[in-house]
Amino acid sequence: MTVFESILITIITASTPLLLASIGELVTERAGVLNLGVEGMMVMGAVVAFAVTQMSGSPYIGALGGIGAGVLMSLLFGFLTLTLVANQVATGLALTILGLGLSGMVGEPFVGVQGIKLPALLPPWLSDIPYVGRVILGQDLIFYISIALVFGVSWFLFRTRSGLVLRSVGDNHASAHALGLNVIGIRYLAVMFGGACAGLAGAHLSLVYTPQWVENMTAGRGWIALALVVFASWRPWRLLIGGYLFGAVSIGQLHAQAFGIAAPAQFLSALPYVATVLVLIVISRNRRLTLINTPASLGKSFVPDR
Amino acid sequence: MSGNAAGGVIPLLEVLNISKLFGSFAACSGIDLKIAPGEIHALLGENGAGKSTVVKMLFGVLAPTSGEIFWNGAPVTITSPSEARKTGIGMVFQHFSLFEALTVAENIALSLDRNIPLSKIAQEAEQLSRAYGLPLDPNSHVADLSVGERQRIEIVRALLQNPKLIILDEPTSVLTPQEADRLFETLMKLKAEGRSVLYISHRLEEVQRICDKATVLRHGKVTGACDPRQETPASLARMMVGSNVADVEKVFSDASGPIGLEVKSLDAAGRSPFAIALKNVSLDVHAGEVLAIAGVAGNGQGELFDVLSGEYTVANNDAVKIRGISVGRSGISARRLLGAAFVPEERHGHGAVTAMSLSDNMVLSRNVSDRRAFLTGGALKIIRASTIKAATKRICDTMDVRKSGEDPAAGSLSGGNLQKFIVGRELDRQPGVMVVNQPTWGVDAGAASRIRQALVDLAKAGSAVLVISQDLDEIFEVATHVAVIHDGKLSAVYPAAEMDREKIGLLMGGMDAHREPAHVA
Amino acid sequence: MWLELEKRPEASRLFTFLSPVIALLLTLVCGFVLFAALGKDPWQALYLFFIDPLREEWSLHELAIKAGPLILIGAGLSVCYRAGNWNIGAEGQFIFGGIFGSAMPVLFHAWTGPWLLPLMMLMGMIGGALYASIPALLKTKFNTNEILTSLMLVYVAQLFLDWLVRGPWRNPEGNNFPETRMFDPPAVLPAIWESSGRAHWGFVFAIVAAILLWFMMEFTLRGYQVKVLGQSSRAGRFAGFSASGMVWFSFLLSGAMAGLAGISEVSGAIGQLRPSISPGYGFTAIIVAFLGRLSPIGIIVSGLILALTYLGGEAAQLSLGVSEKVTRLFQGLLLFFVLSCDTLILYKIRFNWTRLGGARP
Repeated sequence: MTVFESILITIITASTPLLLASIGELVTERAGVLNLGVEGMMVMGAVVAFAVTQMSGSPYIGALGGIGAGVLMSLLFGFLTLTLVANQVATGLALTILGLGLSGMVGEPFVGVQGIKLPALLPPWLSDIPYVGRVILGQDLIFYISIALVFGVSWFLFRTRSGLVLRSVGDNHASAHALGLNVIGIRYLAVMFGGACAGLAGAHLSLVYTPQWVENMTAGRGWIALALVVFASWRPWRLLIGGYLFGAVSIGQLHAQAFGIAAPAQFLSALPYVATVLVLIVISRNRRLTLINTPASLGKSFVPDR
Repeated sequence: MSGNAAGGVIPLLEVLNISKLFGSFAACSGIDLKIAPGEIHALLGENGAGKSTVVKMLFGVLAPTSGEIFWNGAPVTITSPSEARKTGIGMVFQHFSLFEALTVAENIALSLDRNIPLSKIAQEAEQLSRAYGLPLDPNSHVADLSVGERQRIEIVRALLQNPKLIILDEPTSVLTPQEADRLFETLMKLKAEGRSVLYISHRLEEVQRICDKATVLRHGKVTGACDPRQETPASLARMMVGSNVADVEKVFSDASGPIGLEVKSLDAAGRSPFAIALKNVSLDVHAGEVLAIAGVAGNGQGELFDVLSGEYTVANNDAVKIRGISVGRSGISARRLLGAAFVPEERHGHGAVTAMSLSDNMVLSRNVSDRRAFLTGGALKIIRASTIKAATKRICDTMDVRKSGEDPAAGSLSGGNLQKFIVGRELDRQPGVMVVNQPTWGVDAGAASRIRQALVDLAKAGSAVLVISQDLDEIFEVATHVAVIHDGKLSAVYPAAEMDREKIGLLMGGMDAHREPAHVA
Repeated sequence: MWLELEKRPEASRLFTFLSPVIALLLTLVCGFVLFAALGKDPWQALYLFFIDPLREEWSLHELAIKAGPLILIGAGLSVCYRAGNWNIGAEGQFIFGGIFGSAMPVLFHAWTGPWLLPLMMLMGMIGGALYASIPALLKTKFNTNEILTSLMLVYVAQLFLDWLVRGPWRNPEGNNFPETRMFDPPAVLPAIWESSGRAHWGFVFAIVAAILLWFMMEFTLRGYQVKVLGQSSRAGRFAGFSASGMVWFSFLLSGAMAGLAGISEVSGAIGQLRPSISPGYGFTAIIVAFLGRLSPIGIIVSGLILALTYLGGEAAQLSLGVSEKVTRLFQGLLLFFVLSCDTLILYKIRFNWTRLGGARP
């Protein structure tokens, strides 16, 4: 395996959870809901996936567990913000704090335990094909799901009626309600999809990235995913580009030594966070564009008039 | 009109003794309504009479607390808008349910229950819109359309369902007189096809023009069912309002007072992609005058107000002058210190903070102009609660503001009462210049009359008053001079005596008042 | 829908007070269930958590040590949040304040005098304010979402501190431990009552700051500006208030408070800089702010309560072997319940047994 190939593989491994979490949040935000709890859902997905894998012996079942954890967390968020009409920003923060705390507790017995890695999905002989083989065809199931989701979400949002309905709810929930659309129900589904994706993203961390559980192992990836959605202007294809860009940056510190870059480790570790800030600045500067692209009812509470 | 003899014809829609309670508040009680096929039926009443509630029940948005609805003689329960559509009822709301970021075709698709490919919807919509005289381009984005064009989407949307009864809620409030005429032609076409129309309005002249029957509501009850053409405007008004509403006494000015507000060659770029840019606006208002600016919604009224108030400034300092002093670059506080007062269009979240008490809302616009009275403690700027509360009480008494409690939250007041408070708050300062945007929008007749009189009295006392309004009746009631705003441009200013509805209508549609109206697209 | 909301005409004053109380009770109930599920005696666990730490004097001092930063940061955040500016980066501003304020004792440890401590405190405030000015600048000039920027900067601050104490500021006589030199006594924030415990003056700063901020919010025009701009930027503009001015004011204020808390903690409780100088105060303070109804006086109470959960977690771990992570869990639950109960302030809740869909009866 060449150095180049191994770098590409690490980029893919680093980017997949970012892509997954952000595509889920993209759908949520397209429906008009701002869920800042991605970090909390992700870390819960990671710890539950790890725990379930240990208990069942199968990382696939573990991944399912991770998805389930994400969905449950998102339901909690949905209940507060959609049914009880609580402030979305504060609730998202609460979800993150809760997720970090709960995962720390649940994961305690699993610290230091050697995990089971999610295996490559396709038969090994495919990996012998130069370049494409090991890099693309030798990946785990979650990677393929993440790519498929970009296609799927894009098709769903722009080519199906349900996707049109979802976008309309995010554009103007009052009008959608007046037309008889079930705004709350649609938002619940969008939030749950976001939770499932975040949970799966977390599972990828503890099952593929490092098959281990470390407290707070998401290290802010959930927040970066939120920034990615803004960067992508709520469009799935741009998210693909953004996710991989950020994955590359976050893996930069691992490879800097190989390239002879002698910067302090902490500076390299700080790169993804600084990059996120810079990207946000660039993307948000143009107020006009921001106004056009942002789902108009994002973050606003909705109470159906009776 | 023929074909609708009384007796023997089963009514298309009959409503018996319908009521709607919200908790203990009765939005409407004991409503009876009968609409025959091929009839244009008016639902008359002023703001807050309960018209919207009745209609929401017919369209399945609300469920009646009691009473029955009959369709073609058979009882029905309408539990959702899609059921209403299936029954054969279509509705065009006053406030459009449109999605700015989506295309016309997508907007229409969303209101259809069936899963039809978008291209087919686009095609059908375009054909239908032309057939009814309301042409639309299915691929344009709603955000780019004018208010009149947006209404067409709503109408086409409703018509695609092939309804037997179409409900229109205050449709002409956003149209020029010429556009309204077109709408009436469309309604006649519908009637000729045997469809019925339920026409909600508070405009007597229109109702008398096109409606066969009328049901009048007041405070949630039916106060009359009649043939509007047999009635006089006064009798209809009495059914709507109850007592005779005081007429506004107008003042006539000879424009020799000093100029209070002067605008010269004002240009202002649109602040957002959907905003209207102001182009070369010039006007002046002398002391003792009331200049009214007419115009259909969405032609730059809000933008003009923002620039006049100073909430947004312009580069050219001389473009706006208050009492002769250039203020183009100055903010709203500086303009207030020169004796100007402003009342914006939106009561909630602009003219007042909904969740705050009335006395807190006093400070909103008076914290700079009245800082000596309202603030103390030097740099600390401590708020003098008792002084402010006293001022609040004085204003509420003067303007007869009805409220629950001594100092309730602004949100608990009705539209009319809150507007009286907001206007009163500004009048209390005896401003030399007053700029008001939509003074009586959504306000009941009693409050509206009082507010208009207060504005006229203010001018009489020597102030320069500028009123921006979409209500032509209001304009004719209060104005000494009239101009019209269209697409961010202001027409010439005419003395009120020289103006009539036809002229204003032409100007509102962007036409030169002396030319024949060309085909307005 | 099985649960429906009916808007109240005015915010309920009763529930403005009751909501945090109900939230606390619900958290206690959850704690009860949790401890039982873990196989511990739930009554004993709750006692250890919430009552025991209040029984001894030294423990009360520990309470004050933990509560000080929470109240100080929380009070600053409450002003920021009421203005509608979401400063989530208090943790980073805390760290930066600690770093800035430590510059004197670490780099110029020979300079002493009675002015040293006040200067350190001042530099702490400046450091926190400077760090908070980054998200403020980005929001006002570049329209960038302050939640994400302030949060990203937390990670940057933590990494920066880590680099400092392992690198340029590492104690040359410290056996290569990742920490700076211990501060000399003139640079240490003294205890309030030396004999009974270690509580340092940071607690006093917190109470004074909370009272001052309460006064500002209740009685002055500045407080009024905060409230108006937080509820409606259009109304704020109509009033002649500057929204971007408020962004700066609220961020600089909350940053300064967090920075002061940072240097107080470093100087009073720790005595040096280390890779980790905060058990998550900046984030817990967010909970403190909401539990305290975003009012500085309420925050004094909620700060003490949340400080209690820290002590309780330690006590429960020592005596019952329960993971001290339970503390974080409690804190998260508490915030959740507070947000849920807050709904009752603006709405009445009705349970509706009709089937889903269709018009509302």
